[in-house]
Amino acid sequence: MYENIQLISSGDQVIFVQFGGEINPDINRQVHDFDKSLHDKNINAVVDTIPGYKSLMIQYDPMQISTENLETKLLEIKNDSSEQIPRKKTIVNIPVLYQGKYAPDLEFVAEHNNLKTEEVIRIHSETEYLVYMIGFTPGFPYLGGLPSRLSTPRMSTPRLKIEKGSVGIAETQTGIYPASSPGGWRIIGRTPLLLFDTHNDPPSILSAGNYIRFCPIKNENDFIKIQKLSEKLEYKINIEIVS
Amino acid sequence: MNIPTFKILEPGLLTTIQDMGRYGYQKYGVPVSGAMDQFAMRAANILVGNDENAAVLEITALGPKIEFITDTYISITGANLSTNLDNIPIPRWETIKTTRGSNLTFNEIQDGMRAYLGIAGGIDVPLVLGSRSTNIQSSFGGLEGRSLKEGDIISTLIPIDAKLDFKNLPDTYLIPKYGEYHEIKIILNSQENIFALEASQIITQSKYIISPESDRMGYKLEGPKLLHQNGPDIISEGNPPGAIQVSGDGQPTILLADRGTTGGYTKIATVISTDMSKLAQALPGQALTFKSVTREEANKSFYEQEKILEMMRSKDVLDVNLYQGQTISVDGRVFEIQDGTRNLTEVSTSTVNTDSKQKYSAKATVNNTTHNFEIEIGRKS
Repeated sequence: MYENIQLISSGDQVIFVQFGGEINPDINRQVHDFDKSLHDKNINAVVDTIPGYKSLMIQYDPMQISTENLETKLLEIKNDSSEQIPRKKTIVNIPVLYQGKYAPDLEFVAEHNNLKTEEVIRIHSETEYLVYMIGFTPGFPYLGGLPSRLSTPRMSTPRLKIEKGSVGIAETQTGIYPASSPGGWRIIGRTPLLLFDTHNDPPSILSAGNYIRFCPIKNENDFIKIQKLSEKLEYKINIEIVS
Repeated sequence: MNIPTFKILEPGLLTTIQDMGRYGYQKYGVPVSGAMDQFAMRAANILVGNDENAAVLEITALGPKIEFITDTYISITGANLSTNLDNIPIPRWETIKTTRGSNLTFNEIQDGMRAYLGIAGGIDVPLVLGSRSTNIQSSFGGLEGRSLKEGDIISTLIPIDAKLDFKNLPDTYLIPKYGEYHEIKIILNSQENIFALEASQIITQSKYIISPESDRMGYKLEGPKLLHQNGPDIISEGNPPGAIQVSGDGQPTILLADRGTTGGYTKIATVISTDMSKLAQALPGQALTFKSVTREEANKSFYEQEKILEMMRSKDVLDVNLYQGQTISVDGRVFEIQDGTRNLTEVSTSTVNTDSKQKYSAKATVNNTTHNFEIEIGRKS
């Protein structure tokens, strides 16, 4: 199942396993499957791993394993997995309020794409998005799958503060801000869920390899209700597992 | 149970609580953080009888003023920031006893950028995702996710040993001098189709100045441009520690302790593990040059560093360098060194090169009984 893997070492404590040269769900799935197999092997010398779009970064302790021995173990993983691991698809449902002050750019996105605001909400929320990787800031998901009918350019002058939980569009991408920060994405809604919280382990609701779906919330009251539960870690996130 | 140990009278420029860093959560976008100079930080802990990963203070350039509110043992390692205890200069890189009411002050920068204050027991702040390191960007870890400020009272955990052995650096190893010019060892990345052909010569033959915009996330460098073949962007991937990324303007940035976990810029080389500690002591405005080395050279330098720390932990460590391909014979049985200095595989006696043998007398203490024995270090033929 891993056809063209390449081991590329970087410095004296990192090896990248490369699975291909482009962004696509098949290559990305190999990254996450390999990461899982590596974790199952329980190699103490492996300090941490970071899945990317098309590569897995492996950080190791050179006192505990030589690069050559680690490479051998990585090739074993490649050779052991002759067939695709049957993997179920995990879909995390993210409630989003697409209204009013929570959605300052919804109308702009609609106008830009010659759509009604209801159509933007419908198209945005009926799509499943793949979490290719998490990075940039704690809990920030790099999502793939935005329908081209919704793509909208970034703002020419970024806002100084975008509230945490904001759901936005930038060119052909959609994403969620896990923490408040400056940014130039077009904001079409906001989730009341805390995407990242150090009191949880793992601290991020989303893991690389998951899919997410945005579910419209009816009104502000529901938003506040979910927000309060989420802050107390009592909100039960709707996660579907489909084969 | 913890012990209120010291009070911050003046905070200094950037004084934070750090340990060896936060691992296991980079896949969720959580930076490693941790001490910038890991060698000095680990040494600071060994000197006061702590676990190496105990939390210490990282003191940056302009140090704090601290009052001790209990008797304890401390150590100062890393940069020389003119440290005084009750107005008397104190030695660095050794165990020091301090008493309640005494004041620790830091004055002008003499050498280096970051000093570490190790305290018996280790600083007691809550573990956040397995680490006590401060992540200032995301405001968690350390003390309330921030640098220390006036009036903070810092507690320590109960020391493992109530009575400490006074320790210092091994006799054969001098206190590090950082200086103003830094040669940093790097391993060049494979450059196929990424950088212009001359880029690897340029980076290893030029002088780069550390920009004032540098911080714990990265050092921005100013110097000759490194040109790309196909632009600066790549498909985003994990960021290795010490990776030297090159953005569109051709200027390199070295990724350090607080680096983002992923990035989308091309990377020309990676600083070797041991030289990350050297870099941590370089000040903005100072010059760096880069020397390209092989992974074997990087490993050797790493094993040597680990040996110094090992010797600080225990006086009974043999002062020889052991690395892959060497053999040790004990009581007639021969072992080959596999990985680092830890993994040994027994091999046949005939595999040892007879000219390479050197004998050492050694001593080991197990369960309070001391054994004297001879060991022989050789090389595989």
